[in-house]
Amino acid sequence: MSELPGELLYTKDHEWLRREDDGTVSIGVTDHAQAALGDLVYVELPEVGQDVTEGGDMAVVESVKAASDVYSPIDGIVAAVNDVLADDPETINTEPYDAGWIVKITPSGDIDESALLTPDAYQALLDEE
Amino acid sequence: MPFIPHTDDDTREMLEAIGAPDLDALFDEIPKDLLVESLDGVPEAMSEMAITRLMRERAAQDGAPLCFLGAGAYEHHVPTAVWDIATRGEFYSAYTPYQAEASQGTLQTIYEYQTMITELTGLDVSNASLYDGASALGEASLMAVRCNRRVKNGRIVLAPGVNPTYEKVASAIAGTQNITFERLDMDMATGNAMSTLPDGEGPVAVAIQQPSFPGTLEDVDRLTDWAHAQGAFVIAIVNPTSLALLKAPGHWGAEGADIAIGEGQPLGVPLSSGGPYFGFMTCKQKHVRQMPGRIIGRTTDLDGEPGFALTLQAREQHIRRSKATSNICTNQGLMVTAATIYMALVGYHGLRSIATRSHQNTTRLIDGLTAIDGVERLFDGPYFHEVALRLDRPVAPVLAALAARNILGGYDLSASNPDLGNALLVCATETKTDVDIDAYIAALGEIMASTERKSA
Repeated sequence: MSELPGELLYTKDHEWLRREDDGTVSIGVTDHAQAALGDLVYVELPEVGQDVTEGGDMAVVESVKAASDVYSPIDGIVAAVNDVLADDPETINTEPYDAGWIVKITPSGDIDESALLTPDAYQALLDEE
Repeated sequence: MPFIPHTDDDTREMLEAIGAPDLDALFDEIPKDLLVESLDGVPEAMSEMAITRLMRERAAQDGAPLCFLGAGAYEHHVPTAVWDIATRGEFYSAYTPYQAEASQGTLQTIYEYQTMITELTGLDVSNASLYDGASALGEASLMAVRCNRRVKNGRIVLAPGVNPTYEKVASAIAGTQNITFERLDMDMATGNAMSTLPDGEGPVAVAIQQPSFPGTLEDVDRLTDWAHAQGAFVIAIVNPTSLALLKAPGHWGAEGADIAIGEGQPLGVPLSSGGPYFGFMTCKQKHVRQMPGRIIGRTTDLDGEPGFALTLQAREQHIRRSKATSNICTNQGLMVTAATIYMALVGYHGLRSIATRSHQNTTRLIDGLTAIDGVERLFDGPYFHEVALRLDRPVAPVLAALAARNILGGYDLSASNPDLGNALLVCATETKTDVDIDAYIAALGEIMASTERKSA
């Protein structure tokens, strides 16, 4: 049973979103995703200031057995990247929802929450898999 | 590891296991109109005896001329042991077996090759090789664009001394991805970059060849620092033999080149028309994730014993698919095996003496040739084992007259670099004796004296 914080939104690509107080949105991969990938050895981060579009790839997480794209769930501009991951990519394995965040995005408009999953909806997706 | 093809029984068993009637059934997803029944221009198969005869006849047409031709591929002595070992059954395969549990010897050879190439180039990591030096520039250009993401213009600036063939091949490989190649102006007195370099928006990378195609030694420290000051990557294109004497790319300028590539042929691969040769590539550690090709790593097995395995495979096509760093995988395994044996046999001191002797022989050759009326050096300044000369007449007829005397007199630069006029590129490696060199000097002296001077 993987951990699933109730205050976050999720995507079917196994990413999570958190609205921060400063207006940005933090994005990472879920506990389920990190467990499926295995020990992460490398995270390729985007550039701060880079435009991202919904559904477009913006980062890569690489484990000992696979590499997986991280897609942006929203349109916006990269406000910050988690530089800790450059040296300690396994932070995503140990703290996927906290210290393991990958990017913060400044959304370019309102976020369409209907395109995202609630914790319950994401749990239902996991139950299907 | 021997390569044993499937027997008919093996094939039948496997087809039965998956429920396919025959091999063609495995390809039935390919639309019928795309299938080709026969290939135009491909002749009927020949028997081994017939093809041996044909190849002997063609090889005989080359003759065995005295070779003073370089221009990217160089005649060096290859110790007999190199190909004696490289063609042993354990190494000799068209395919490079990477299956770690069955290929430790091959993997260790590639690992040792990588170690030697990183030492030669002064950089941190090497891949298991590329196709050749020219395609390595294409791969390095793509890699620089992936690494240097701050620069979006896709411009690769070439130093004036980059081999024109490398530019053509790199353009063919990288040109379809919005990457453009342009050249710095040449200072016609030195053959190198101008004393004043352009400023403005920096390119994504600057490629610097040392020694340059026309044989000069570029001020690589200055160009490297200039490129880095503009935010550009530095791609070094180097001759591996020359690195026994010249500064390694990893030490160019204040920060060193970011990527080094080159043609590996001088390391134990004999001259042949169009190859097979191999390309090498090394880079700084921090760029390794963007490096194309295979990398062998050293590890320990469950019992704590050292062993070798493919590493950083997430860059590669079988995992990253369309987003892989390149489609390079098998490469030139056998050529790399030969190069590894060559480097191990000649060693540090051997390579240094080969390079030194080549330079000394070239000096003797140039001193003799430039004493001939109508022959002078095209550029001032130091050189390694290749020098551009200016003749007082067109080069092609002179080369033809030398060929009639069984001498390959060099490379006619006026074909690839028309700006240079009647320019001839000559090279003397360690394979040439004083008698050979004096024979060339005497032959050219006679030809220049007997034929009438013609202006271009």
